[in-house]
Amino acid sequence: MKKEKEILSTSQKVSPVWEDLEGASFPGSVHPIAGGGIVISKLDEVINWARSNSLWPLIFGTSCCAIEMMSTAAAKYDWSRFGFEVARATPRQADVIIIAGTIVNKMAPVLKRLYDQMADPKYVIAMGACATSGGPFFYNTYSVVKGADHVIPVDVYIAGCPPRPEALLHAMITLQEKIKSGATREQIKIEKQKPVTK
Amino acid sequence: MTNEELKIKLIELFPSAVFEEGAEWLTVSVEPADWKNFALQIRSAENLNFDYLFCATCVDWKTHLTMVYHLTSTTHRHTIVVKSKLDRDNPEIETVSDNWRTAEFHEREAYDLFGVKFLHHPDLRRLFMTDDWNGWPLRKDYEDPVNMIKL
Repeated sequence: MKKEKEILSTSQKVSPVWEDLEGASFPGSVHPIAGGGIVISKLDEVINWARSNSLWPLIFGTSCCAIEMMSTAAAKYDWSRFGFEVARATPRQADVIIIAGTIVNKMAPVLKRLYDQMADPKYVIAMGACATSGGPFFYNTYSVVKGADHVIPVDVYIAGCPPRPEALLHAMITLQEKIKSGATREQIKIEKQKPVTK
Repeated sequence: MTNEELKIKLIELFPSAVFEEGAEWLTVSVEPADWKNFALQIRSAENLNFDYLFCATCVDWKTHLTMVYHLTSTTHRHTIVVKSKLDRDNPEIETVSDNWRTAEFHEREAYDLFGVKFLHHPDLRRLFMTDDWNGWPLRKDYEDPVNMIKL
């Protein structure tokens, strides 16, 4: 099903807007008319563009990855530059949860509840080895969940123990690109379920 | 007091005490049966006054368990470590939670993870694990086929 509503059908003479600004580029093109121009775009793409550039993370850290996450939020790396702006202390106001640290069996229901309390659309980044697979606690541990994706679905995984702030920023930008491309988890799922047509 | 002075003072009080040296802090080994009396005395003895138990934990040596108590004095600023060897099959030691209040939770933790039984503890329940948990997870021979992937 195509939800996209074209504001205007694309005309022949169009030029992309802010083509040179990679990452920040506005989805659409300018239809020049006398005395200016009209921006032509798809509403869904504009919404995705807006969403991707104002993702507010949830304050959630369960171990040392959280220290790197705090560092990424602080002045030196400053994730506000990419639209992550303010971390929210309540899941009701957050768009993305960064699982920064080990998830133990006792924490798993808490993580699930926090995820459930977040408003749609919501995204998940699994930061570091523990959140990805249990990492150093994969073997011989009685208490650790072997990957946070056993509890909630994850959009982007980051390797590292802990990952550097640059790696976290890269993951966040990757998430933005994922959102901009329109490929939400649900959409990918639906595409996969479609029967193959010749 | 320096470690040497502490040692002299402790030998005065407990002639049978066994010392280990070479570490930053003076280490004393006591029998589990003597521990309660030892604890009461080093807390009240003049010039010792160990009024703060800042860590109580357990070590599994496979052949036996060892309770390790870290004590410090907030007035004299000296520190000792007290170790007590326990029988692995029936680890029992007197509680010191009436002597140092912090011991109450530390002992619950050691009970939870190592199965050390603290006699006369006011509330010896599991602390981290669920109440219906079976076994002592931090023992070296602990097995859990459901949660654990053995390597």
